[in-house]
Amino acid sequence: MTPLHKHPKTLLVVVAEAVLEKSLIRDAQRLGAQGWTLTEVRGANHEGVREGAWEADRTIELKLICEPKVADAIAEQVLTQYAAHYSVALYFAQVEVLRPERY
Amino acid sequence: MQHVDVVVFFFLLGVFARLVKSDLRLPEALYETLSIYLLLAIGLKGGIELSKQPLMALLPQVLACMALGFVIPLLLFPLLRALKLAGADAAALAAHYGSVSVVTFAVATAALQRQGIPYESHAPLWVAVMEAPGLVAGILLARWARNRSSANAGSTRPATAWGELAHDVLFGKSVLLLAGGLLIGAVAGEAGTAPIQAVFIDPFKGVLALFLLELGLVAGSRLAEVRRFGVAVLVVGLAVPPVLALAGAALGWALGLSTGGVAILATLAASASYIAAPTAMRVAVPEANAALSITAALGITFPFNIVIGIPMYIALAQRLVP
Repeated sequence: MTPLHKHPKTLLVVVAEAVLEKSLIRDAQRLGAQGWTLTEVRGANHEGVREGAWEADRTIELKLICEPKVADAIAEQVLTQYAAHYSVALYFAQVEVLRPERY
Repeated sequence: MQHVDVVVFFFLLGVFARLVKSDLRLPEALYETLSIYLLLAIGLKGGIELSKQPLMALLPQVLACMALGFVIPLLLFPLLRALKLAGADAAALAAHYGSVSVVTFAVATAALQRQGIPYESHAPLWVAVMEAPGLVAGILLARWARNRSSANAGSTRPATAWGELAHDVLFGKSVLLLAGGLLIGAVAGEAGTAPIQAVFIDPFKGVLALFLLELGLVAGSRLAEVRRFGVAVLVVGLAVPPVLALAGAALGWALGLSTGGVAILATLAASASYIAAPTAMRVAVPEANAALSITAALGITFPFNIVIGIPMYIALAQRLVP
């Protein structure tokens, strides 16, 4: 079996209030993300617990795999546009993909 | 205990479960299902009644309800500012009270039915039109407060995206399902809806009880927050509803509504939105403290209204329209 050819990409994960879902996806696509994965999550930080018990208490985790530059641009946009007033967490990870043109 | 509606006990059970840190948690999908059911059922019930009357005759009522929803935040805003709330916080909180709580409405109608007090059966129409005006007023107040504060002069807040906001409110779950139910009920009428009455009309109160159990859990979790915001939020959450109820009752009386109708309009005026308003305010007034508004609306006002407020508003209506 021939070894799989892997390509490095950046995974950007944004955890945010669910109300930001539409804006975040719109910004990510505008800045060059080709796809996204989204899940509803629960959690807490120093600002308090978000249990997702009803509409106004939902939290999303948005995963974006893209070029490092695109990930940086999206992260910067999230920080400048939303971080001041919304509860947002961001982190990067280096990942490997098999079909780089898809990201 | 005779005068307490049975559904209220379910709410109290939810609060209790939360306070004793029970692991009780309704699945999110069930919460969603129950809320969709309640909105549709309330709409349908009102729609069936609508099919029996001339629509134009209801126009004055509808316009008056919308005006009430719009005026409430304008009246509350200076009061909240006097309590030393920041401009954005006062505007967002005022918007919560301008908008309405569908479940509070449902509990009020259940109480009226149980006591055999008739009310205008098209009342769900009032609920549907009262959701948005208060939100618009709140956003306008927040913008006004933002423009006035010179400290904000340097910041570049984008203009309110009214189009998107209108879309989210008008086509959001609650207005869409309420209005959709009203329309379906009005078009299909009594005979047309007969086959689905076994699902949408008869089990209504049981579903409401289950939904209130869940809301008890949620409200219970907000109670701990009350301490965080101090006395001001407690005063607002407890004192604002009865005052607004007086305004709602006065309007209902002026419109010549029945005893039950006056009680419902008082309840709607006193109720605070905890679904549409938090979301709309988060989008339009992000600088406002969301936890403050939710604690007042859901943690204090909602329990107050369903346990103490509604019986008071019904008694008030019986005095006004004996």
